[in-house]
Amino acid sequence: MSQSPNAERADAPLLTVEDVSKAFGDNQVLRSVDLTVERGDVVAVIGASGSGKTTLLRCLNGLETPDAGVVSVAGTRVDFAEVGSAGARELERARGSLRDQSAMVFQHYNLFPHRTVIENVIEGPVVVQGRSRSEALEDARALLERVGLADKADSYPHQLSGGQQQRVGIVRALALKPSLLLFDEPTSALDPELVGDVLLLMRDLAAEGWTMVVVTHELQFAREVAAKVAFVDAGRVLEVGPPAQVLGAPREERTRQFVRRLTHPL
Amino acid sequence: MDIDWSLFWESLGPLSLAAVVGTIPLALVSFVLGMVLAVAAALMRLSKNRFVSGLARLYISVIRGTPLLVQLFVVFYGLPSIGIVINPWPSAIIALSLNVGGYAAEVVRAAILSVDKGQWEAAYMVGMSRHTALRRVILPQAARVAVPPLSNTFISLVKDTSLTSLILMSELFRKAQEIAAFTQEFMLLYVEAGLVYWVICLVLSSGQMRLERRLDRHVAIA
Repeated sequence: MSQSPNAERADAPLLTVEDVSKAFGDNQVLRSVDLTVERGDVVAVIGASGSGKTTLLRCLNGLETPDAGVVSVAGTRVDFAEVGSAGARELERARGSLRDQSAMVFQHYNLFPHRTVIENVIEGPVVVQGRSRSEALEDARALLERVGLADKADSYPHQLSGGQQQRVGIVRALALKPSLLLFDEPTSALDPELVGDVLLLMRDLAAEGWTMVVVTHELQFAREVAAKVAFVDAGRVLEVGPPAQVLGAPREERTRQFVRRLTHPL
Repeated sequence: MDIDWSLFWESLGPLSLAAVVGTIPLALVSFVLGMVLAVAAALMRLSKNRFVSGLARLYISVIRGTPLLVQLFVVFYGLPSIGIVINPWPSAIIALSLNVGGYAAEVVRAAILSVDKGQWEAAYMVGMSRHTALRRVILPQAARVAVPPLSNTFISLVKDTSLTSLILMSELFRKAQEIAAFTQEFMLLYVEAGLVYWVICLVLSSGQMRLERRLDRHVAIA
């Protein structure tokens, strides 16, 4: 792993993925994936289940370890082939350095059930980042206020609806002040009537200039919010480009089929 | 059969005292030390290093595969023959802690494994190390799962302390034996000793229920 503060230029992409591969046993999940995300952009990653899109997202913050390839986030560059041969300790350090740059929102929220909403939000800032508790609490209250959950600060996660839990999940990610926000099918576990709140919040975050990679089946969100859409198929990024192109006039037959199936399920 | 109530009430004082200065502290100290061993052994069992997990496996297997009485005798009567002489109190604590640790290790391991994988991922996501994730996220949730079976372990331990009477510990049961030998009222004294154990266990059970309710605050009641 190499990390130099000078490596990051303001006009450089915030995230680059180069030639990333990953296999689970005999199952080659990612095959030489490349992806570039510009600062302030939203990239929607779409594809069938099992295509590798979630694995790709998890490789970006070290929840999965690629077998080979390079992931760079905000100037932190990890060459996994190099790190993989350097031993477990070095690998752990590399994954940690990637994690410091990003925060993830999970499909099933994964809030800490034994802590209140506000404790969930300040856990990372206080315990990991070593910020003062009072300052972290102040930030957390402001964030909860903006997502309309100020009155839930002292509730436990199980007392909240799915949509509320996911908004807490997003606030927990924001509180880490990451360079990059990762969303893993953030609305897939929600009741249909609760999806809107979460998508609206994500659209606001995009408008604020957050750089986001969103694995999603919400094509309307991708169309309206994303700068780029990446279609993943059988472990490859088959097609990437502006939503109007990838969703409106796909070059690849596989993309066309997938988009048609999502827009016309019957 | 006539019950000698005056002997019953007269004995209750010494028996209770033996429980308070012998049985209860012995059980408490052994349980606390045993839990430390159990968590350590459980984490070792979960280690990817095969030597480390094998070591824990061996410990658990030996403890569960041999009688507690044998373990007590090995420590108290066996070790002196290789030059290690340990008094009854520390002998009892060593043997009981090792015993509880072996049994509770599997409970703790199962409880850790019962915590959703997403909790590890969320902990890593906010930047925690494995150690911090365990301490702040996983073990507190595992504790809720482990309380009922560990309460059973603790209650068994309280009763198992009676075996230490055989390595000269002056605890509740030994006190009952002494009074019974002196008065020849075996039935009365042994039933009375049993009653004192029962009362201690009743108190523990109610403590367990209160602890479970406390830990349930944040868990959805299905």
